[in-house]
Amino acid sequence: MASSTTPPAADLAEIPAPQSGFEGDASASTLGGAVSGYLDKVRGGDLGALPAVAGIVVLGVLFTILRSQTFLKPLNITNLLVQAVAISLLAMGLVFVLLLGEIDLSAGVVSGVCAAVMAVTMARHDVPWYWAVLFAAATGAAIGLFTGVLVAVIRIPSFVVTLALFLGWQGVTLKLIGQGGTVPVRDPVVVGLTNSSMSVVWGWILAVVVVVLYAALQLNRWRVQRTRGLASQPLIVVVLRIVVIAVIALGITAVLNVNRALNPNFQLVGIPWAIPVVVVLLLALTFLLNKTSFGRHVYAVGGNSEASRRAGINVTRVRVLVFVLSSAMAAISGIAAASRLSSVDASSGGGNTLLYAVGAAVIGGTSLFGGRGRVRDAVLGGLVIAIIANGLGLLQVAAYLNFIITGAVLLLAASVDALARRRGAATGH
Amino acid sequence: MSALSTRPGEGIPTLELRGVNKSFGAVQVLRDVNLLAYPGKVTALVGDNGAGKSTLIKAIAGIHPIDSGEILFEGQPVSIGGPRDAAALGIEVVYQDLALCDNLDVVQNMFLGRERHNGVILDEVSMEQAARDTLTRLSVRTLKSVRQPVSSLSGGQRQTVAIAKAVLWESKLVILDEPTAALGVAQTRQVLDLVRRLADTGHCVVFISHNMIDVFEVADRVAALYLGRMAADVPITDVDLTRVVELITAGRSGDLGIESATVAEAGV
Repeated sequence: MASSTTPPAADLAEIPAPQSGFEGDASASTLGGAVSGYLDKVRGGDLGALPAVAGIVVLGVLFTILRSQTFLKPLNITNLLVQAVAISLLAMGLVFVLLLGEIDLSAGVVSGVCAAVMAVTMARHDVPWYWAVLFAAATGAAIGLFTGVLVAVIRIPSFVVTLALFLGWQGVTLKLIGQGGTVPVRDPVVVGLTNSSMSVVWGWILAVVVVVLYAALQLNRWRVQRTRGLASQPLIVVVLRIVVIAVIALGITAVLNVNRALNPNFQLVGIPWAIPVVVVLLLALTFLLNKTSFGRHVYAVGGNSEASRRAGINVTRVRVLVFVLSSAMAAISGIAAASRLSSVDASSGGGNTLLYAVGAAVIGGTSLFGGRGRVRDAVLGGLVIAIIANGLGLLQVAAYLNFIITGAVLLLAASVDALARRRGAATGH
Repeated sequence: MSALSTRPGEGIPTLELRGVNKSFGAVQVLRDVNLLAYPGKVTALVGDNGAGKSTLIKAIAGIHPIDSGEILFEGQPVSIGGPRDAAALGIEVVYQDLALCDNLDVVQNMFLGRERHNGVILDEVSMEQAARDTLTRLSVRTLKSVRQPVSSLSGGQRQTVAIAKAVLWESKLVILDEPTAALGVAQTRQVLDLVRRLADTGHCVVFISHNMIDVFEVADRVAALYLGRMAADVPITDVDLTRVVELITAGRSGDLGIESATVAEAGV
């Protein structure tokens, strides 16, 4: 849950500080003012992370009641988090595409192609894992460049381009893998990404570093805003945010550092390596989106592309780069998925992969209409999707029900998005 | 033409157009258009729908570069090939459809495309301070916060932000495309006051409007386009409301306007 401020839809009330001429401030720098500002935003249709957090809590309670023996056990929580990794990574890239008001239907199968590239180069050409991973990521970026040029330069609607590529890349995966075949992934590093864990000590060190860093950045920003007389949140809100992050980070670390092996004589502890990878990518992409011109321009193009063009932003370049970034993230997601299954087959990245990822972004709070969304939405929404998949699996629900329930949740998320947008238009938020 | 540009007492015009032509395919939208706009003055650009007002300002803004003719900026011939050229000269256009991003806040919109940085990191502190200073300088008192998203602002407030954005850039020429078109009475008042303040702080302002009351209230000069030609470009004191309406609808009024022969040729 990387913090951050600036772009639209910042967390709790983003309200001004007292300064000449700009009223509405005195009220906002108090806790009461911040709370009422936040409620105003929610009423105005900007729900932020609310639906995703509510989803996680409600589903968590539901499955805990229905499967009290298994759901909240450390082993299952670890499985659940690892299940969420590939979805969240794919969704992180898609957030950028959705922010532009575009769609990438091919992202799932791109993750399959890139995973196949990695697996085939390692298995059949004995390439070391780092070159294979790099090659897969480069393949993703090149695919994104191709998609981006078709969408941004030639101006074919992204829906059509990526629908065509959705079919096309599946053919490429099939060709790479061979009809009906499976390419095993045996490299210990790649397999270990989702199947082995860091030591207990390193896990705690990482968690504490993350929390301290977050707190330092937040408090420093608050201090600068205060001393310069800029818009700032009340200190209590900043502190509360830090506490929430600390509880989540330390709580997850505590759970993952408990021995989760079913056989008590066996030791199975620590944070799976994929989790810090997700955290680092989450922080890096959040930084890109919130703290750099590129990120600002992504929001601007998604909000009003003509206004962006007139402001001198190279809209075509922004669009192309977003598709490059999104497909590169798809490649990383494909690698994570291949790691989890220790193999790549012709259907990798097909099926529900893309819909889960788009659903994750939308459930997290990213708008399908462009201009609103954050990288953390991908992680929150990815968790919701993973909880559904995991919980239904524990309940041993019939396959048909699994599809129907997941579909219904996606529809619900999209409805919330559409209604929020209508409400926003009606109340001028 | 040369007689116009040397009119005594008005100094060097910030913007001067000489014989500007612009066609879209077979349609000639601007024919031999001349225009003068002076620093510290508001020039109203009037004309009926389709007279070429929007094309003219888009030509000045570099969105539709001109086919032929001359553009002089502060007496120097310049070529404007794109929005960046115009911005580099100090030309800012406030469009009718506002050109603001609803999902960004006031500060983010004011610095859109020209963000300030510390290394690669956006310098939010200095941007917010500069935005506040500019709004304060323009005596904008209606904004609740500079960090509220533009989508939550009223029409008048949006227009204010769009104009303040132009001023932020130390622009010399500010072009306003129907800034009061969709506003209520009180908001129109605010915006007209702001337009006046803009000129009083030394900016050259070109102001497109269909509303003659607004024109006579703030303009120092009036330029009337008629079917792509400049019918008249005169101090507002030389004309009255009836004559401006005649210039807009017929291209001619008394001794002002296009020769009747050319009026006929223009296709009426």
